[in-house]
Amino acid sequence: MTIAAKANSVWEYANPKKFLATSERVLPFFWVTSALCVGIGLIWGFFFTPDDYKQGSTVKIIYLHVPSALMAINCWLMMLATSLIWLIRRHHVSALAARAAAPVGIVMTLIALATGAIWGQPMWGTWWAWDPRLTSFLILFLFYLGYVALWQAIDDPDTAADLTSILCLVGSVFAILSRYAVNFWNQGLHQGASVMRAGAITGTDTEEKVSNVFFYPLLFCIIGFVLLFIALVLYRTGTEIRARRMRALLARERVGG
Amino acid sequence: MIALLLRDLKLAIRAGGGFGLGLAFFLIVTILVPFSVGPQSALLATIAPGVLWLGALLACLLSLDRLLALDWEDGSLDLLATAPLPLEGVVSIKALAHWITTGLPLVLAAPVLGVLLSLPGQGYVWLVISLLLGTPALSVIGTFGAALTVGLKRGGLLLSLLVLPLYVPTLIYGAEVARRGAIGMEVETPLLMLAGITAATVALLPFASAAVLRVNLR
Repeated sequence: MTIAAKANSVWEYANPKKFLATSERVLPFFWVTSALCVGIGLIWGFFFTPDDYKQGSTVKIIYLHVPSALMAINCWLMMLATSLIWLIRRHHVSALAARAAAPVGIVMTLIALATGAIWGQPMWGTWWAWDPRLTSFLILFLFYLGYVALWQAIDDPDTAADLTSILCLVGSVFAILSRYAVNFWNQGLHQGASVMRAGAITGTDTEEKVSNVFFYPLLFCIIGFVLLFIALVLYRTGTEIRARRMRALLARERVGG
Repeated sequence: MIALLLRDLKLAIRAGGGFGLGLAFFLIVTILVPFSVGPQSALLATIAPGVLWLGALLACLLSLDRLLALDWEDGSLDLLATAPLPLEGVVSIKALAHWITTGLPLVLAAPVLGVLLSLPGQGYVWLVISLLLGTPALSVIGTFGAALTVGLKRGGLLLSLLVLPLYVPTLIYGAEVARRGAIGMEVETPLLMLAGITAATVALLPFASAAVLRVNLR
């Protein structure tokens, strides 16, 4: 009875062997579907949507900007969840997944900042403004940098996992605090949430929303980025597990020899 | 607890460096600002609250790596961890000692330096109040950063990188109180937020610092 219950538990993926076997089986699916979705979304978006009446063709940066910004935030949320799992249940795979996700998050944040700057130049006439959303992303970027630097600085993997997990928890609270502080500090140029909004979907909203012409390819891009993120994290977690195994084997060999 | 506080204060005063370092840095920053931006008093008056807050924050940051590292090196941190006083209490006292040796002198020096930056007369009260409210948060957050990096050989740069984003909300609200005070606007909202941040960090962050320190002492 207990064994049957255990076999259905999500925690069995905390076993590195089981995790590797499953992730290897599902990885090709994620790679292919993410490539397909991003490919369809970008080609559709770049070549088969009209230019915006005000922004011209620069509007097409949205297909990279919005998904990467979305994933930059969700990546931190995922790290928060895995950090909590590590602190509470001490599953090594969880800590390694957080470690594996952080560089992906950095790259997503950088893409969002860079595409935002390229978009901002023709639209707002400036590469950078101390707008709340831009500033929050810069702060998020700093959090990522500190998190990765802390992982790099500590040799003992368990100590590093503990310290970075607590940093992630404290950092999350301060990141939310910064978000509101920055909002208070400066009213910005950046448009409000206009892709996913309850009011916009139900039609009760009178504010601007991204037009459906742009929305459908964007949806493909977002789904593609989510799948790509999952694939990258699974792949990198597998690499981390193998690297740790290799270190253990080498250590055993040294002791034995 | 009081014995530990007195010990830390004595060490900071007698060992030199700890006590004067932050203050000297604060002094240097604020004295150099007019040379770099020009002596127009209107311009200086506009940026004075921000410069004073930034100087105070950097001065706090400067002395953080000495906060726990010295005790770590000579092993007294291990003794403190095994002492009957819980580690949460130890880190709170450490933060308090850091505040008394770094934060409090900055608060007292700020009005004098405000004169040098031609801060408007109505701004002094709010500058002192905002620093008085905000610097404890800086010390407590800094203690968390110091506890994270205590075991590292050259943790100074990493410490700054980790603490920098954590300081942002405190800096925003603190400088906003001082700025609004200087131009005579109402300061209630940022003041309450600043007080809230300080109260929350003083109450909660020692638990995180102690947890981190336990991991590092393992």
